[in-house]
Amino acid sequence: MLKLEARPQPSALWSYGSPILALLLTVVIGVSMFVALGKDPLRGLEMFFWLPISSPYQVGELLVKATPLLIIALGLAICFRSNVWNIGAEGQYIIGAIFAGGVALLADKSTGAWILVPVLLAGVVGGMVWAAITALLRDRFNANEILVSLMLVYVAVQLLSYMVGGPWKDPQGFNFPQTKTFEAVTRIPRLFDGSRVSIGVLFALAGVLAMWVFLFRTRAGFAQQVGGLAPAAARYAGYSSRRALWTALLISGGAAGLAGALEVAGPIGQLTTYLPAGYGFAAIIVAYVGRLHPVGMVFSAILMSMFYIGGEMAQSRLGLTKSLTGVFQGLLLFCLLACDTLVNYRLRLGRPGRT
Amino acid sequence: MDSYALLVAATLNAGTVLALASLGLLINEKVGIVNLGAEGMMLCAAIAGFATVVHTGSDGLGFVAGVAAGAVLGALFGLLVIWLNTNQYATGLALTLFGGGFSAFVGTGYVQARMPERPSFAIPWLGDIPVLGPALFRQHPLVYLTVLFALGLIWFMYRTRAGLVMRSVGESPESAHALGYPVRRIRLLAVVVGGALCGLAGAYLSIIYTPLWVEGMVAGKGWIALALTTFATWRPARVLLGAYLFGGVTMLQFHLQGIGVQVPSQFLTMMPYLATIVVLALISRNPQWIRINMPASIGKPFYPGS
Repeated sequence: MLKLEARPQPSALWSYGSPILALLLTVVIGVSMFVALGKDPLRGLEMFFWLPISSPYQVGELLVKATPLLIIALGLAICFRSNVWNIGAEGQYIIGAIFAGGVALLADKSTGAWILVPVLLAGVVGGMVWAAITALLRDRFNANEILVSLMLVYVAVQLLSYMVGGPWKDPQGFNFPQTKTFEAVTRIPRLFDGSRVSIGVLFALAGVLAMWVFLFRTRAGFAQQVGGLAPAAARYAGYSSRRALWTALLISGGAAGLAGALEVAGPIGQLTTYLPAGYGFAAIIVAYVGRLHPVGMVFSAILMSMFYIGGEMAQSRLGLTKSLTGVFQGLLLFCLLACDTLVNYRLRLGRPGRT
Repeated sequence: MDSYALLVAATLNAGTVLALASLGLLINEKVGIVNLGAEGMMLCAAIAGFATVVHTGSDGLGFVAGVAAGAVLGALFGLLVIWLNTNQYATGLALTLFGGGFSAFVGTGYVQARMPERPSFAIPWLGDIPVLGPALFRQHPLVYLTVLFALGLIWFMYRTRAGLVMRSVGESPESAHALGYPVRRIRLLAVVVGGALCGLAGAYLSIIYTPLWVEGMVAGKGWIALALTTFATWRPARVLLGAYLFGGVTMLQFHLQGIGVQVPSQFLTMMPYLATIVVLALISRNPQWIRINMPASIGKPFYPGS
């Protein structure tokens, strides 16, 4: 019988090794699934791991999807590090997009490029407002933030559906639930010709740097995390848990809102009911697979983006469905959590405690 | 009058889905395990049950498939959380994300599928009573069985020795372990039973309640069921009442649309979610009250000898 034996110190080796082992396990399960479905597993691997990096254009597409994932995950990592369970980033992303879209709709032919600043700021504010509801209810009413933030996702989806089907519906849109296409001036500028990569990537990278400095080089960042690691120690040191709660939720809400703004004014260019793509949920996995570390999450965001593109490729070229993406995302998190046991425990045969 | 009878009937119907799932989650939480994977288990059970009925034409086999799907996923969750000491919240989330993707993947071919026609479930004589008949006595048998199950659970938890052991595992796994009870096995059993009940709820949803399969059709009912255990301060009778209350809120939107209330449908659809938030805030307002009622070891791992 296998037994777990607690390690005196968490294993540094396994804390890096575990995401890699988890990815290998996910690939093994994925390959078995392809075989079971009667599809060529090599073609499957090609869809997920080679095609997304096979040409400069595809790499660009990879970055287009990795950008919102990384921005949202950076905020979520601050939440998870401070033991605040915000799992409603999807809702904050949607509200951010609605706010940003509302500002973008105000632009007309004569508007200058300055409109981009209020568009992005509106996104951040929108996400913050939505996250603030969760923070307020947790702070004032002790309401569980997992359930509240998640319920607010469903509310946000309905709000979006109301806005694009009612007040903001495009009169020339053949009754489709969507707004008119935004003016070109509100479009997030692209970095290169021939690729959809926008300056959003720069925001994401700046976010990585900002988070690294905040977490590891500032007193506020330290105080933020102590509450998550050792609540009693944080109280003793006089670090406010309420402050940590609000900081975590406002930062992650703002980040998710920014991602929503970049998406709606970037690749999409209008508000539609197709806006929610599950980035808010996938970012939870990005945060964990990236070890809640800013640099680690760069890699995991790219990996998760590969899953998205691989799913689309498998749909168009292998006749499978795009939902394969969700299967592999969930599997990866499962495998990661199982492998993470190795960080804190040694596996032993026989009875525990014997040397 | 008849429209109110139908509202009551629809409320019981919708409440049954929530009640089954929430009673399952209650059993989990009574031994100290929070399973955020309810939504994912219900989705997988919904497609398992639906597909089975489409292929075999038998509701019974459909329910068995749904229960099995829920139990298997519950066991997987339990092994990770209880034996590998993974974080309960993160593991539950993984289950929900996986369940959402997996059910959508498996269910692609069933989106247009139709169920065989069903005979009426009306009970002879009782079903013909005016008003009361259509309100109460034309339900699927599972609606009544759910009430019986809740009563049975109350008896089990508070009147039997096994129920006492189960509650003690949730209150203090260390003491239960010291007394020689197999804490981890009891927890696993509770998690599997809880998963099976979530599976039954998911199967009822796709086989009887809607009855059809759409991606993501559980639409937050798993999460509302999770919130219900807190509303009910972990008492089965209150879980049942809360489930019917929320079933009523879900159904009210169709009733309001029916009688011509001029509110955009999106705001009516929001109601159950908003109601969950409001009630959760009201109930949780007093931390003392929650602490007294909540199983003490909830969310905490227990590993003997560590």
